[in-house]
Amino acid sequence: MNIYVCIKQVPDTETKIKLNADSSGIDTAGIKWILSPFDEFAVEEALRVKEKNAGSTVTVISAGPTRVVDSIRTALAMGCDNGIHVELPESADNAMAAKALAGALKKEAQVDLVFTGKEAIDDGAAQTSALIAEGMGIPCVTVVLGIEYSATAVKCKREVEGGAFEMVEAPLPVLIAAQKGLNEPRYASLPNIMKAKKKEVKSLKAADVAVTDGDQKIRFKNFQLPPPKQSGKKVPGEIPAAAKELVRLLHEEAKVV
Amino acid sequence: MAKVLIVAEQRDGKLKKSTFELVGAASAAGNETHVALLGDGVGALAAEIGTYGANKVHVAESASLKLYNGETYANVLTELVKSLSPDVVLASHTPTGRDLMPRIARRLDVGLASDCISLVFEGTNIKVRRPVYSGKATAEVEFLGAGPRLATIRANALGVGKPDASKKAEVAPFAVNAGEPKTKTTDVVQGASARPDVTEAAIVVSGGRALKSAENFKMIEDLADVLGAAVGASRAAVDAGYRPHRDQVGQTGKVVSPALYIACGISGAIQHLAGMRSSKTIVAINMDPEAPIYQIADYGMIGDIFQAVPALTEEFKKVKEH
Repeated sequence: MNIYVCIKQVPDTETKIKLNADSSGIDTAGIKWILSPFDEFAVEEALRVKEKNAGSTVTVISAGPTRVVDSIRTALAMGCDNGIHVELPESADNAMAAKALAGALKKEAQVDLVFTGKEAIDDGAAQTSALIAEGMGIPCVTVVLGIEYSATAVKCKREVEGGAFEMVEAPLPVLIAAQKGLNEPRYASLPNIMKAKKKEVKSLKAADVAVTDGDQKIRFKNFQLPPPKQSGKKVPGEIPAAAKELVRLLHEEAKVV
Repeated sequence: MAKVLIVAEQRDGKLKKSTFELVGAASAAGNETHVALLGDGVGALAAEIGTYGANKVHVAESASLKLYNGETYANVLTELVKSLSPDVVLASHTPTGRDLMPRIARRLDVGLASDCISLVFEGTNIKVRRPVYSGKATAEVEFLGAGPRLATIRANALGVGKPDASKKAEVAPFAVNAGEPKTKTTDVVQGASARPDVTEAAIVVSGGRALKSAENFKMIEDLADVLGAAVGASRAAVDAGYRPHRDQVGQTGKVVSPALYIACGISGAIQHLAGMRSSKTIVAINMDPEAPIYQIADYGMIGDIFQAVPALTEEFKKVKEH
């Protein structure tokens, strides 16, 4: 099986976000970058499929500035075999990234399975998975919690609202966007972290995958930090008197109940 | 004024409240408001959409559209967009909207602004703002190039207006060419809960690790049921096995935007705030007066949740009975 995982590098959850001088973006100085958490489920799933199918390879692909190679190495340390980095500017949007990733995948001889996270935690757009699949002309199943594999097809459990699930069947090749709960991602062992440094990461330019400036379809601007919140009202007194007062405030002042 | 197409969302013959939010907002801003309604035997729902101010409902009905399928739905909607040429296409940022809209965006070769929390119509364009970096900032989305502006809007972000029974939409059938999809939705397994979905509910009551056990979530459920609310949980409570992952509110869980969010025994880690900070009114109940949740809470009560939550349930009951 030829298995591919598309990943994104994002600021660590704990990172404090500061805006740049003209509020056209964030100040990237001092940001700690990590592999987007949902992508860990995608990497883990790819590795599990490989382990069950002798002779398989797992290739990890990311599009972005040079820094994203660090996250490709993270995935290689988990056990992926090799990597592809498509160089894109910091400003690339979902559409441009998806076109670059689909372009890199279309250059490969054979693609059986593509895994992604269901969304990245920086923009939370949940667009890129379906955009890649559309760009490649292959089916895609998003928000996947469980997969049954056969030689030529998959049966996916897709999470929808209200705790319901859709059961979706798709033939290979297929793109699957992983939801938390699909598996429990492994930790990279120290020997594997050392080995990952020697694994091949192929580098592609935007032009190699026919991506141009016109492939960017949206731009974020006028960034704002949330207005500082006035400190809330803490209801004084002991329970149950405090509970009574809180309910009165919600009913008469906030008018939400 | 813009020509706006809204993708209606229904499940089991019931329209989503978030559809009415979009129809109401587009119509109230004086736009020519069109709605796409896809499904099997769903035509009767068009009248209800009309009461929120839609001018025209395009009904695509077919057995092949009974269950949501990303490919067939995208096929039909792309055709509709091409024949109608709207300036703006909107859907809710629900599991369906998220799956569907990127497919249409790719086929039309246009941009998509996802998970917007504000929407202003400006001529034939829209001005939208969305959270980025887990809600630690927001950004305006500028569309580059020509073509319709596509956006998905977070549920509860706009609010539902009042329906007007005297308003009627023109209803037009739209001929279906669903195509031959590669994927097949074979079944929908319903969730066990009778409570509203955590992402759709107007009120959410969430519990944290301080609940100490799955059994103790009964008191959260009791409070939720008095309010007609959904039950949520922090990542800590989910990781401890007290609640299923589908109830998790936060960065690796659901993002919610209810009118009222009650956090019980949740300290307010940054991962949790990422999922609920856009709630309109936030109430925190915690033993620790220094817990970070109080920094974003509108109302706080300091005390033992095992006393506070049942006491609140009793007080809310009294208000509800009046």
